[in-house]
Amino acid sequence: MKCFEARNLWKEYGEQVVLERVNLTLTDNEFVTIVGASGCGKTTFLKMLMGDEAPTRGELLLDGQVLATEPGPDRGVVFQRYSVFPHLTALENVMLGLELRQAPLTGRLFGADRAQVRERARQGLAEVGLLAAQDKYPAQLSGGMQQRLAIAQAVIMRPRILLLDEPFGALDPGIRKDMHALILNLWRAGDMGVFMITHDLHEGFELGTRLLVFDKVRDDPQAPDAYGATITFDIPLQHRSVAAVDVVQARLHAVSAPV
Amino acid sequence: MRPTCNWPLTASFDVPRLAGCRAVVSAGAGGPLSCGSVEVAMRRLINQRPGRAAALALGLLPFVLVALAYLSGSHMRLRDNPADKLLPSPAAMVDAVERLAEPSKRSGQRLLWVDTAASLTRLALGVGLAAALGLVVGVAIGVVPHVRATLGHFLIVLSMIPPLAILPILFIVFGLGEVSKVMLIVIGVAPFIMRDLAARVAELPRELMIKAQTLGASTWQIVTRVVLPQLGPRLLHSVRLMLGPAWLFLIAAEAIAATEGLGYRIFLVRRYLSMEVILPYVAWITLLAFLLDWLLQQWARRAFPWAEAVR
Repeated sequence: MKCFEARNLWKEYGEQVVLERVNLTLTDNEFVTIVGASGCGKTTFLKMLMGDEAPTRGELLLDGQVLATEPGPDRGVVFQRYSVFPHLTALENVMLGLELRQAPLTGRLFGADRAQVRERARQGLAEVGLLAAQDKYPAQLSGGMQQRLAIAQAVIMRPRILLLDEPFGALDPGIRKDMHALILNLWRAGDMGVFMITHDLHEGFELGTRLLVFDKVRDDPQAPDAYGATITFDIPLQHRSVAAVDVVQARLHAVSAPV
Repeated sequence: MRPTCNWPLTASFDVPRLAGCRAVVSAGAGGPLSCGSVEVAMRRLINQRPGRAAALALGLLPFVLVALAYLSGSHMRLRDNPADKLLPSPAAMVDAVERLAEPSKRSGQRLLWVDTAASLTRLALGVGLAAALGLVVGVAIGVVPHVRATLGHFLIVLSMIPPLAILPILFIVFGLGEVSKVMLIVIGVAPFIMRDLAARVAELPRELMIKAQTLGASTWQIVTRVVLPQLGPRLLHSVRLMLGPAWLFLIAAEAIAATEGLGYRIFLVRRYLSMEVILPYVAWITLLAFLLDWLLQQWARRAFPWAEAVR
């Protein structure tokens, strides 16, 4: 069964073709890493996945359904920055999605419902190792902790796909390793696929079960905007099965302390 | 490694590693190449900071100077002409204030307090209404593209109308009572709060809006749980900035048509050249404005602890 499909996807802004003939089929909840030069359309591709941009041509299907052209709870996102709400504490940030789902009018829960959601959110925070910081505001957290929070906030909604736009780009290498272990854990535990843009090719190879390279195949020097980028390499990585990730994880744990 | 220092004469000296500029200067000042220009080592003006005591003294200085200038001016004028009304003595001002704070002989009212209550009520009503309107319209424009397309340009034009120019219209439409004075403040202040808040909503990172939607938020939920709470500090800041114009509109309206109020009193006693009333009233209005500003600042600090953390 196909769980994700991009069918002949194009994206144009006026005369400028950003993406062309993008085709991709995923049959499993894969961990897809995306690399490519800047301006090659990988962020545009991710924006279409999250519903922030609509494809000019072609379509995106998730579990056989055409993906809605506005963001929704079937997709979780983590950006490089501004992924968490500054006016909510860490715990409130994780509770927010659950509260919104259960209280359409007020967006807030009270009493027993709130206590229940609070407990679930605390579990979510514990999974990313932030329980001790539950009452802190994001501005009081380090960059790595903010990204952990953003991940916990997204994952607690149990999205079908998790979209990561260079989520670890601003973090120190040591912290990155911890984050890799964390995200692999969450991916393995949840029933979701992951699309992750990265600048770091090593990161792409290490984390992904599948590596996509975006690039232009045709180029007209007289008209640089005439042709768009597409997927030029689609590399299944050897540790593509969930079981094989244990091997990678073991390697990660060897270089850094367990999360 | 040589410390960076704009003093070429010491460049040849054997400067210890990690020595700072100051060490270089003290070593060089007594040396044969000394040119005695120790002031070269003076830090730049932008890096010289007053200590706590000095900062306090400097802060008080202009107040003291103004007071001294007034007292000496007043003293000289009164010495030449004891009946002078332009720069009354402090004693005369205290007398006048005491007279106004006591029940008046004619009406039995304590005029200072009646004026203060009337003015503050108008100000609070006007600014409060303007803030409420500003918040609703500003958020609607900022969040909903169709509202922005409809009202965006209209609002810009609206905010360009000089409020005082339409004061006569307000008097004609709403009469000479309280409504017209409150409306002047609302009309003068609300458009700017609307524009400020709409701009502030637009400045919220797009990432946050997308994130909220991926958490399943509806437009209403985005407004109530994401946008409004984040605008709180900005609204209070905006109101603080607009308090100045609000006082201006209040005093202008009171000067033209009122039966009590701080602005009314000042313009009333102007006929008798009663500087001994006008000056304390101006000081009192200034103090009230200062206190209001301070209260709003404290409120923002208490109500939005996260905003302090962001800063």
